[in-house]
Amino acid sequence: MFWLLVRRDLALALRRPAALALPVVFFVLAAALFPFAVGPDAKLLLAIAPGVLWVAALLAALLPVETLVAPDVADGTLDQLVTRGLALETFAAARLVAHWLSFALPLLVALPVAGVLLGTPALAPLALGLLIGTPALAALALLAACLTAGLRGGGALAGLIVLPLALPVLIFGVGVGQPGGLQLLGAATLVIVAVTPFAAAAALRSGME
Amino acid sequence: MHRFANPARFLRIARVLTLPLTLLGLGLTAAGLWIGLFDSPPDYQQGESVRIMYVHVPAAWLGSGGYLGLAVASAVALVWRHPLAEIAARAIAPVGAAFTAICLISGALWGKPTWGTYWVWDARLTSMLVLLFLYLGYLALSSAEAERGGGKAASILAIVGVINLPIIKYSVEWWNTLHQGSSIRLSGAGASSSIAPEMLLPLLLSVAGFSLLFGAIVLMRMRAALAQQAVAARSRRIAAAYT
Repeated sequence: MFWLLVRRDLALALRRPAALALPVVFFVLAAALFPFAVGPDAKLLLAIAPGVLWVAALLAALLPVETLVAPDVADGTLDQLVTRGLALETFAAARLVAHWLSFALPLLVALPVAGVLLGTPALAPLALGLLIGTPALAALALLAACLTAGLRGGGALAGLIVLPLALPVLIFGVGVGQPGGLQLLGAATLVIVAVTPFAAAAALRSGME
Repeated sequence: MHRFANPARFLRIARVLTLPLTLLGLGLTAAGLWIGLFDSPPDYQQGESVRIMYVHVPAAWLGSGGYLGLAVASAVALVWRHPLAEIAARAIAPVGAAFTAICLISGALWGKPTWGTYWVWDARLTSMLVLLFLYLGYLALSSAEAERGGGKAASILAIVGVINLPIIKYSVEWWNTLHQGSSIRLSGAGASSSIAPEMLLPLLLSVAGFSLLFGAIVLMRMRAALAQQAVAARSRRIAAAYT
């Protein structure tokens, strides 16, 4: 049932490639904004490149929040799944995996492009860090989507919810090259990914009462 | 704990407690601040500006403690479905956020004369800033939820926040040690363990006073929230009587 849900979510996402490309384009665009803001000095850009790319990835993860869960809650799909005996935790976990696959993999493909714009920092540690850290970002986006499903102003609210919680991922992600950084990033991701399905399911459950 | 779930019983106790707490809190705070501002010695390094400590430290303490209280109340609301717990959480949140903001602002005002800058990305300051953002997220979510008629999302957010808080604090410390460079050592800011006894007394008085005031304000807010609920229920009954 879990993989069925993942395949369904991915199929739905792939049906609209424009929506799939949006976070990626936003990622490159956000990264490209910084040279305009701080000037084209190559040394400066290279120095801030890892941080800028991580912030851009974080903001790109937030983009699809409003369409992650709210439509399924609104049109009754979630109720249908629940009456069939599906655990909300399973639904949340499947949505997490699908969301991660749909935004993280294209992001990794776009990483070299964004990196070149900022002076080509060492891409391998960045890619590894993003690979490990994006599940946590996807989890937090899903959590925010479930907490704000059906609320007005959900998009901005979701950003306010996600950003403080995403700080450890951001800090450790940029610090992957430092001793212990990779392990700490993995630890933070594991904690967040483990807690999210339960918290998200509780949020959905409370919204359904 | 469930003895106080009955709003009537809670209100009886709250009514009795509120005025004494307020007066005692005001009295202790006034005493602490008077001694701190006029009777205690200036710091040998920082001079007179150390007196901001008597406001800054209690505010930091209450901001952090408030978030813990918020999380505990949210957990009680989720796990035991205690009817007053969610009201308590909503009552605590703005007060805790206000104290955190006071801590940050007083810290910035303290920083300018002592370190020459309003803000520095030290681990403790950064953690306090993140705490303020966590509060603001809770406040935004709970007010959006209240519009829709209530729910448990804000309580869940509070618990997720308190679970993540140690991780966030550790990550900020780790980040800070990476970028130590020529940053300022803050050994003088905040109450160090070798604080002079003439400074310790007003500090303790101030902490105790502000804590009691925190409790009094939370009780007042809870009484107000229960009164609003009663008014809403009564209006609904009257409206129903006319249909």
